[in-house]
Amino acid sequence: MIKDTEILVIGAGPAGLAAASAAAFLGASVLICERDDAPGGQLVKQTHKFFGSEKQYAGDRGIYIGRRLTGAVRENPQIELMTNATVLGIYDDGIVTVLHDNRHLKIRPQKTIVATGAAEKFLAFPGNDLPGIYGAGAVQTLMNVAGVRPAERVLMVGAGNIGLIVTYQLLQAGVQVAGVIEAAPKIGGYLVHASKIRRAGVPILTRHTVCEAFGTDQLEGVRICRLDDQGQKIPGSEETVACDTLCLAVGLTPLTELCWQAGCEMAWIRELSGHVPIVDENLETSVPGLYAAGDVSGIEEASSAMVEGRLAGLAAAGSLGYRPEQAKEEILAARAELAELRSGPTGGKIMAGLARMREAGKTKGGVFVC
Amino acid sequence: MLIETGIPTAEDLQSVTPPAGRLARGAVAIAECFQKIPCNPCTRACPRHAIRIEPDINETPQIDYEACTGCGACIARCPGLAIFVVDMTYSDSEALVMLAFEFLPVPEAGQLACGLDREGKELGWFPVVRVVSGGKENKTYTVSLAVPRELAMEVRNIRAGGYQNGKQNG
Repeated sequence: MIKDTEILVIGAGPAGLAAASAAAFLGASVLICERDDAPGGQLVKQTHKFFGSEKQYAGDRGIYIGRRLTGAVRENPQIELMTNATVLGIYDDGIVTVLHDNRHLKIRPQKTIVATGAAEKFLAFPGNDLPGIYGAGAVQTLMNVAGVRPAERVLMVGAGNIGLIVTYQLLQAGVQVAGVIEAAPKIGGYLVHASKIRRAGVPILTRHTVCEAFGTDQLEGVRICRLDDQGQKIPGSEETVACDTLCLAVGLTPLTELCWQAGCEMAWIRELSGHVPIVDENLETSVPGLYAAGDVSGIEEASSAMVEGRLAGLAAAGSLGYRPEQAKEEILAARAELAELRSGPTGGKIMAGLARMREAGKTKGGVFVC
Repeated sequence: MLIETGIPTAEDLQSVTPPAGRLARGAVAIAECFQKIPCNPCTRACPRHAIRIEPDINETPQIDYEACTGCGACIARCPGLAIFVVDMTYSDSEALVMLAFEFLPVPEAGQLACGLDREGKELGWFPVVRVVSGGKENKTYTVSLAVPRELAMEVRNIRAGGYQNGKQNG
């Protein structure tokens, strides 16, 4: 049996939930497929307060923003939320296949919004397969979702926002953090996050990297060293840090498998943290009717993921003919919000990445100009 | 450098410190927020509209020290926990420092807490004067600490736990 839906949203994180609500707001009926057993995406473990403006619920804790977005979706009779539903493929005949509770479903959407998010990057070094070496996301899940204290003493790798925030949350869970090391010469995350852990006594060492991890049956310590201006290891600068857990927060990469498989024009954009689908100003990819919103189209903050989701949801529903005037107005408002979030120095990287993505779209697409 | 260590420099701090005359008149907010990031909940937190982020959301907050009463409503609202209130007039020898706190256990008024500086170094044990919860969803506590006046610009955190049931000396 084929299940028909007007709009299919893949992923129930901040972008997907916002996309579904926006599309339903205009009158479209929406099906969300989420591969996890609960909606919310990464918001379910973000116990810190979010940045941005009140339009993106700034000042509220991520976990409550997730509950709010999920609540709005659950209350909306226009939206069906399917969890334990992994989208497997998007086909030329318009059929999308889904694995749901061990059953293979076929869905025929008129429009599809890919909001699959991102995956953590890993780091290559001797000993990196020892038990006790985690991605920061896993540590956060253990602590903030499962309520398990994940370690006694941690060394954090990466001073981007995730590394800084997870360090703070480890301290809140009563875990010792030996330090945060960062290969770059500067702290990449927000400095207020850095100052927060610094005044709790955690040193932040820029220009430092992992040489190797060691331990007999599990991690017992890590050797770190300093890096010179060229990013090369400085001989003789090695130090040993005793710890039972090494937490890697070395960046995210967009989860674009479905975009590749659907045949979207893709481009590798460093500033957007990997290969991303080329999208137009409505976030529509080169495959007509297929949209990409949130981290899948470039790694950014959850606040912008929510706005991107809203924009894609409005554009998809608008293109189906739902309240076109209202859609147009709301789309302009969402674009203005994104422009505002990206207008400062921290948004510069994203803006440069988006410009390169558009350039790539012109060269690659020929007919497809974004 | 703040961007290498997470510790603001004396110059950074100078740029956000209210004028001496204003400090001498009583409680006032200090936003140790030095980086242009898209964030503005502090502007809505202030009942007197004394905090402005203009012309756009990426600017750092500017506090109108004349309008600010040092009420501390902004402290728990700042996502970066970067706003403090300092009252230099608290007593003859002490200043009151109000800071955001998100650890367990939460101290109680009357206990002594170990005060920390911006690097997490211990500065001594100081009486906790007041503890206010930010509410069910906000969850950030605002802790007021009576510190020797010369440490008013140094104490920016407390160590979680180990609180002593000492007498208030303020």
